[in-house]
Amino acid sequence: MSLNALPLKIPDVTVRVLSYIRGALSVKTLEGVASVVAFVALWQAAVFVQVPYISNLPYPADVWNSFAEAVRTENYWISWAASLKRIFVSFLVAQALFMGMSRSFKQILFPVFEIVRPIPPIAWIPLAILFWPTEELSIYALTFIGPFFVIVLNVMQGVASIDVSLKRAALSLGARRIDIFWKIMLPGALPSILTGMTVGIGVAWNVLIAAEMIAGHTGLGRMTWEAYTNGNIPLIIVGMASIGLAGYLCSGVVRFIGQRCMPWKNRF
Amino acid sequence: MQRAGSKSADQYRLLDVAGVTKYFGEDRERQVCLENCSFGIAPGKLSIVMGPSGCGKTTLINLIAGYEFPDSGSIMLEGTSVSGPGSDRLVVFQESALFPWMTVYGNVVFGCKVKGLSQKETRERAKQILSKVGLYEFRERYPSQLSGGMQRRAELARALINDPKLMILDEPFRGLDAMTKELMQEFYLKLFEETTLTTLFVTHELEEAIFMADSLVLLTHKPGRVKEILDIDLPRPRHFSMMAGKQYFDLYGYAMGLLAEESRRAFDAGSLPALDAISDPI
Repeated sequence: MSLNALPLKIPDVTVRVLSYIRGALSVKTLEGVASVVAFVALWQAAVFVQVPYISNLPYPADVWNSFAEAVRTENYWISWAASLKRIFVSFLVAQALFMGMSRSFKQILFPVFEIVRPIPPIAWIPLAILFWPTEELSIYALTFIGPFFVIVLNVMQGVASIDVSLKRAALSLGARRIDIFWKIMLPGALPSILTGMTVGIGVAWNVLIAAEMIAGHTGLGRMTWEAYTNGNIPLIIVGMASIGLAGYLCSGVVRFIGQRCMPWKNRF
Repeated sequence: MQRAGSKSADQYRLLDVAGVTKYFGEDRERQVCLENCSFGIAPGKLSIVMGPSGCGKTTLINLIAGYEFPDSGSIMLEGTSVSGPGSDRLVVFQESALFPWMTVYGNVVFGCKVKGLSQKETRERAKQILSKVGLYEFRERYPSQLSGGMQRRAELARALINDPKLMILDEPFRGLDAMTKELMQEFYLKLFEETTLTTLFVTHELEEAIFMADSLVLLTHKPGRVKEILDIDLPRPRHFSMMAGKQYFDLYGYAMGLLAEESRRAFDAGSLPALDAISDPI
């Protein structure tokens, strides 16, 4: 008997929780769980039978214990906070700055942009450290540069891809320049802007971790590096996993915002 | 059948296209797209521009809508030269040009909003016009959630709400399936016959053209010139049964002859799109 056919009235929340559980038990989820379990089992086996090179790895259980220990220390969470703060500050600055300058951007700055763009963000590290007065500012600057180019390119591509007949239709209907910008260009470019942000946040994490390892005193990258210098292999893996998780969460946030901003995209 | 050269149209014209020439490209690669095109549109009439593919129909629309400007000649709407896009001449495009990020309602009220009409008036007009095109229940949907026919009706509503003096439809029913297309033709004819909204309609399908038009402007293949202007004096309201009558057949045969001449020229000139211009109307 299906849930809806039950004679008594079930509170909305209960129905939602039940359907969530039902969803969680779907074949797809089970496959996912099985895949993770298999991975851990393989890892355990590889260390146990002393596969060359891999045998230096700790057992999954050691990593888990190290993780359980780490989450109880303040330092671990300070690392999280430091990294997240850097990501969000730099990332928001990258967005805001570009939005502000997009109009005159193409004519004046694009040639310079094209010369500077191929330089990998990590190659900026020495200059950033020398150039900025504090370590923290250097890290912000680096984390800003990484996603900046990706986002700019995507915004430009998004604007260029808007169908000319949409602009024409809007003009015919009496739209002024400002209407065209807010009601046609911005929503029209939004899918590309969000693609840029999704890719950009990944790049931001890449650069941030490198910058923290070289120039930082706090953050998840620093934590992982310190674990390396102390020879604490389980903690290295905990650091890596934490960075992965942080990146995943950030992409999730960007995707969520994207879906919220583009209701026309996910209704069919 | 009356043959109406440009001379007989001495009456008042809402739209006057006079000696319009438009080139494409620069310098040596310059091509004549439209050459010395002249015709007029009487108010309250449905005029259809026809010609083989690549004859400059869409360019003509762009000029009248004010998106582009003629290299010589003039386009006047009610005696005023067209100097840019405006809501007195609204275009329904070949491909849907609904704003994908706005609901049907948002699309329809766009013109009222940017012109700063009061909310109350906007809402009332939108309701009236949406009911007229049968989309009131679908007003909260996004264009991607509508069928092709509904999209075209939404686009019509978006234009109609602004009370344009001239409706321009650029092959509006292209890409719809045969059944929907017929329904849309009927729908627009009914709308036109009720409101006598002056309409300029572009198509490359002769059946559609003769069935709907008061006057038929036939363009030549590259460069686009006015080959002939035919008055279609089938009585209104039109009905599909008329397409089986002698009058329709005579008009069709005559126009077909003219058109085939042009299509053949296009074909001989090696224009690929001309292939479907020949095969489509038959």
